[in-house]
Amino acid sequence: MSGTSLPSAHPAGHRGHRVVRSRWLGVSWRVRPRVLVVGLATAAVAVVLAAWTMTLGDFPVPLGELAATIVGSGSGEHDFVVRTLRLPRTLAAAGVGVALGASGAIFQGLVRNPLVAPDIIGIMTGATLTAVALIVTGGPSALLPLAAFAGAVLTAGVIYALTWRGGITGNRLVLVGIGVNAVMAALTTFLIVRFPIDQVARAVLWQTGTLYGSGWRQVAWVGVGLVVLLPAAALLMPRLRAIQLGDDAAAALGTRVEWSRGGLLLVGSGLAAVAVSVAGPVGFVALMVPHVARMLLGPLSGGVLVVAGLLGAVLVLASDVIAQHAFSPTSLPVGVVTAAVGAPYFLYLLYRSNRGS
Amino acid sequence: MRAMVAPPTAPPEPAPAPPGDRRHRSGAAWRSTGLLIGLVVLVGAVLLSLGVGSVTISPDTTVEAFTAFDGSNDHLIVRTLRLPRTVIGLGVGAALAVAGVAMQAITRNALASPTILGVNAGASFAIVTAVFLLHVVTPAMYVWFAFAGAMAVSLLVYAIAAVGRGGATPVKLALAGAVVTALLNSWISGIMVFNQRTLDEVRFWLAGSLAGRELDVFVQVLPFLVVGVVGAVLMAPQFNTLALGDQVAAGLGQRTTLVRAVTTVLVVLLAGAAVAAAGPVGFVGLAVPHAVRTVVGPDHRWLLPYAAILGPVLLLCADVLGRVVMHPAEIQVGIVTALVGAPVLVHLVRHRRLADL
Repeated sequence: MSGTSLPSAHPAGHRGHRVVRSRWLGVSWRVRPRVLVVGLATAAVAVVLAAWTMTLGDFPVPLGELAATIVGSGSGEHDFVVRTLRLPRTLAAAGVGVALGASGAIFQGLVRNPLVAPDIIGIMTGATLTAVALIVTGGPSALLPLAAFAGAVLTAGVIYALTWRGGITGNRLVLVGIGVNAVMAALTTFLIVRFPIDQVARAVLWQTGTLYGSGWRQVAWVGVGLVVLLPAAALLMPRLRAIQLGDDAAAALGTRVEWSRGGLLLVGSGLAAVAVSVAGPVGFVALMVPHVARMLLGPLSGGVLVVAGLLGAVLVLASDVIAQHAFSPTSLPVGVVTAAVGAPYFLYLLYRSNRGS
Repeated sequence: MRAMVAPPTAPPEPAPAPPGDRRHRSGAAWRSTGLLIGLVVLVGAVLLSLGVGSVTISPDTTVEAFTAFDGSNDHLIVRTLRLPRTVIGLGVGAALAVAGVAMQAITRNALASPTILGVNAGASFAIVTAVFLLHVVTPAMYVWFAFAGAMAVSLLVYAIAAVGRGGATPVKLALAGAVVTALLNSWISGIMVFNQRTLDEVRFWLAGSLAGRELDVFVQVLPFLVVGVVGAVLMAPQFNTLALGDQVAAGLGQRTTLVRAVTTVLVVLLAGAAVAAAGPVGFVGLAVPHAVRTVVGPDHRWLLPYAAILGPVLLLCADVLGRVVMHPAEIQVGIVTALVGAPVLVHLVRHRRLADL
């Protein structure tokens, strides 16, 4: 239990843990009540936000009527607005937030640099490139998640390969990632300039990160992605913590370092790709959320990863409320709001971490 | 064409030779020869840029267009279409390369360059905002907005990175630049989503191109370019002193703060003028200084003239490449330079120890 930055009255390793054992099943699980409490509280906030979002709009829906409509016992008057428009959009927002929050937490843990996120080192730009290519060439939109996923994973592979020099260091990964990011962005620009304006306009909207037009299909994508990737990520967390001790120490502890790192990179890129395929590259969520999670809960574990996801959901839901309603009648793409909130926060982080070092 | 392959082979100096007086003198001789070869290559690049394109025009005809103008189609193409973009390429290439050398000299940071410092993003943001808010903005007015944006953002990025005891380390500088760029880009696409007119007006400008730029725009910024290049070359001995370290330089009587301040002004003039004339062209200011340094070594009195010659060579060749690879369509030069320059960044990161960066 590192918790290095926090002064602790207890000896390391005992702080705030309860061990839950099951004699009958033969398993035991270490639980930090604090993680549980914060997680439940965050989930509650997310649910409240989601419900509130769905009541707002040109056709206000009272809360009771909203609940009734969702479970199918409403008057039928709001069926279309709630079940076809607002519910899928809200669920997609929450799912995108979860994916981005978890992805950011994995990358920051992996690179051991708190200022790194999939949107800075080119993973999301790679996903954007393949997705924009699909959009401007008029390819079937059913392939969009696949294209984004392929782009993200390929980019991660390229970054990993270029960073590899008998090992991986965090700083080198960041700098290589920024270079790769520039190449991907240049290729995306090329597509934007090359194709007719009507297709390009769609791609540019998509590129900003928007939940506009999210339907049940997008919800299904995000749902499947999260169901596959989140458990995989949680299973890899112990290895991530071993890697954080340094490659040699991790190897001495019996971790197959490169396989673990490859797996984490794959899962982290996959989560970023899930988010990108639904909403486009929504910036700064993956960067901000892990910091908040770390401030509240300390070092990364499976539980903290889930809380980071929930915090991501809260952030995206809140940003989408602002994007939809704050400047009514125009509605902004959600990515503009997350960037407006996220970038100053990032600069503050950079300022603070620089002063500390 | 043959001349283009000359510079890497022309100055064959074994790098780790011991410093000595004899070598110094012969060094000056071959460096002058190299400079002459560079000029020859530059003339070749200019002829290529004037002759190659959707219509190929022989070098003889190209020269005749100036010496014996007869009003034929070929002569008109050379004089009205290709001459402006070649002249702009010359000026912009020199400005970016010299700005890169000067930035790296005063920051002693191998990654300092206009692109990394967010100059392009700043200029783009200023112009998009101006087109969006003021509606009637002619390319001639772009210049001043580009200037203002480039200046404000580059100073902001450097200030953010320099806070703290560590100063502006390569990683901090690159991250601060990447994040500010990401923020501005998301705002840019936010504006363009709102407003398709803005998108259509600026998307070609945003790609960074030498084509379709007006020569009078270039004439507007020419004084800044001249002042910047001449000023930087005059500062070369100061850069050499500064390279010994701040304390040694101060001990030798240099007013380091003054040198940095003057150079910053020069760099902003150069980078701002370049982006105003050609749009965001990336990585020339990063790639050229490093390429030149491997050829002539660390002496700024040689570095600066070489950069001023090889910068235009790179830019003009990239422009010609963009014209021929997708013939008869064109790829904007900014896309080509990013595709050429970002690998240089990756190479640097891979092959140098991070402490040297």
